[in-house]
Amino acid sequence: MTVNEKSNINLGGARLLTSRLAGTLAPPVDASLRVPLLALFGGAAFWLVVSSVLAMIASIKFHAPDFLANCPWLTYGRVQPAADDALLYGFCIPAGLGVVLWLFAHLGQAPLRGTIVPAVATKLWHLGVFIGLAAILLGDSTGFAWLEFPRASSVILFFAYLLLALWAMMNFAARHERAPYPSHWFLVAALFWFPWIYSTANLFLVAWPVRGVVQAIISWWFAGNLLFVWLALVGIGTAFYFLPKFSRRPLQSYYLALFAFWTLILFGTWCGIPPGAPVPAWMPVLSSFAAVLTVVPVLAIGVIAWQTVYSSTNCEPKGGPFCFIRFGLSSFLLSSLMSIAMACPRISGVTEFTWFGPAQTQLQLYGFFAMMMFGAIYHLLPRAVGFELPFPKLARLHFWLSMSGVLLFIVPLAIGGVVQGMKLNNPNIAFMDATRATLFYFRFSTVGLLFILFGNSLFALNIFAMTFVWEKSLVRKALSVVTAPLEKSPASASLPSSPGFDVTGRRDKEVQA
Amino acid sequence: MKSGFWIFLAAFISLGGSWCGFVLAPELQLGGAKQTTILNSSDVYPVGRPGEAIQGSSVYRANGCAACHTEQVRQNGMTCGVTLTDAGKNPEAVTNLISSLKLTGLTKEEADAASAKITAAGGKAEIHITATGPDIARGWGMRRSVAEDFLHDNPVQLGSLRAGPDLANAGVRADANWQLLHLYAPKSVVKGSAMPPFRYLFEVRKIEREPSPDALKLPPEFAPPVGYEVVPKPEARELVAYLSSLRATAPLYSAPISP
Repeated sequence: MTVNEKSNINLGGARLLTSRLAGTLAPPVDASLRVPLLALFGGAAFWLVVSSVLAMIASIKFHAPDFLANCPWLTYGRVQPAADDALLYGFCIPAGLGVVLWLFAHLGQAPLRGTIVPAVATKLWHLGVFIGLAAILLGDSTGFAWLEFPRASSVILFFAYLLLALWAMMNFAARHERAPYPSHWFLVAALFWFPWIYSTANLFLVAWPVRGVVQAIISWWFAGNLLFVWLALVGIGTAFYFLPKFSRRPLQSYYLALFAFWTLILFGTWCGIPPGAPVPAWMPVLSSFAAVLTVVPVLAIGVIAWQTVYSSTNCEPKGGPFCFIRFGLSSFLLSSLMSIAMACPRISGVTEFTWFGPAQTQLQLYGFFAMMMFGAIYHLLPRAVGFELPFPKLARLHFWLSMSGVLLFIVPLAIGGVVQGMKLNNPNIAFMDATRATLFYFRFSTVGLLFILFGNSLFALNIFAMTFVWEKSLVRKALSVVTAPLEKSPASASLPSSPGFDVTGRRDKEVQA
Repeated sequence: MKSGFWIFLAAFISLGGSWCGFVLAPELQLGGAKQTTILNSSDVYPVGRPGEAIQGSSVYRANGCAACHTEQVRQNGMTCGVTLTDAGKNPEAVTNLISSLKLTGLTKEEADAASAKITAAGGKAEIHITATGPDIARGWGMRRSVAEDFLHDNPVQLGSLRAGPDLANAGVRADANWQLLHLYAPKSVVKGSAMPPFRYLFEVRKIEREPSPDALKLPPEFAPPVGYEVVPKPEARELVAYLSSLRATAPLYSAPISP
């Protein structure tokens, strides 16, 4: 019995998906998502560009330390965390939540109710990010990596997330297809994950700080759970929806996906404490052990993806969104292997405290998660809004820019990190020489960042243009209502003519204000 | 995974497990930690930083110094050496014994054995413990960093990248004057430094009547125009006070070394 037959016979969610993929989607599902998705993705696109501009400034400072040096709020130590947080909190999380909302509504065939609440929560979220970034640049960071946003901003972010997660869960509860699909496991777990780790970290580090190195331990635990587990849950949950959809065959297979899910949350959640940390030895040992075990879910996810996409007689799926998701998955495998390597004491002795770590983190954040989100958003936003992308060619260009940008940014940085680490481990080589050796690799990385900046701007351009066209159609519709008695057939005459062709074949009749 | 409840339960069990392991257990083990005593001494460690240094720690945090600097020294191992302190009543026998023994680069057991032999021959010996590793060889510290070193810090800023050198013992390596010059114009004291200058922590002002005693004595190419002087703002003083307070040299039970 082949894997394919087995998964079909044993049913699970896999067979259900084929019906879900084949069937046409009920229009209300997409229409209900329009407002919150445009708000989530619009803000996310804005912060994405902000993040790459800040990252670019930070990167230039390594070539010219005097660059913008007289401006306190643009000093390296403020710009770099601001760039990281703008990418994580500004782009990754809201984009992930938007994709979760869309996937839940589609998998469950249930329209989102009360869209005003997620729309308002989204505005709150982006307000929280704005306050947090402003605070970092003004010197009010908390000093904990990935948790730099001060209290006021964290409270806003926490409640905004709760509202969005609550609405997603209500939509999940109202699903018509009762059996949860594998993506559901990953995404429901992710929705639950963030409030727990975020509240723990903020309560014990910012509100009532614990003493001494316990702070560092909780901070590592939080960062590991956010950067590895949360991003992996949302990213892989998304991939498990899109891979079967693009390759037109069920996920291979349901039980392997279940295994990957369980092992990912079981081992992944213990990762994050570096082997050389100045803490009681049992903690880094336990953490390294768990990190090495995460090779199990990572390989399982790789096998699932490979068998779903390539082990079929059908021709290989094509198209922009698929390219993004394929690249994202490859980055996930690579970045996970890099983080597993860094958990081994032998390798960590070289790579710890070098650029290898930031290279791995950026690969996870941008190469994996952001690319996955780009693919998903390019696929789902035209369906949700009812227009084709305004500039489909720019979306293609975005892929090439981002892909080459990631390669140019990450690969030299990782190699530079290893070189730096080997030089740092040789006390006969002066520290300055070790630092200077990385500058060569850093030049490539800066060029890579420039590519990424251009790619991100193209993404933002598409999203903003889409929002603009949609808002224009709303205005026209409102006008048509006002001027209705004067025209012969107002309902059809004044509807917008959208650029490109209409994906869903529908006109914009169910646009809701 | 038949329903949302089972998914929730799975997530709850695994995250709850790591929460107990890496949030609750460390707090129970270390949350109530107190000062320890320094090895072979009755002094306690660490003593709190002075007030200005505590304010400086917040300047360090605000400017994100930890983005490029770590505050943790690593150590690969340690090596012991035996020194004769007293030859005793029979110096010839002890000297003969010593010339036949290996006295440096020993493990703790070997050093104990050598020491015991010398004592048996009537001499007196002392064992010296030295930490080894690239960080130690670079002079970044005498021993590895341990949990005790960070007892009074809030926030604890260990850092994760060495774009700049480790600062766990910055106070031992450089004096306040050097630190101020380095903050204002890094290249004036470290050739080719990649550190951005922190000129906004200083004030360039016109010299009134006579120069301020606090003014920086900069090399000509970094000096302000004639008639002007560079004076550190309070933030710069606080930051330097913090950097000067970074000294993790005390020998501890968890990281023994000979002073």
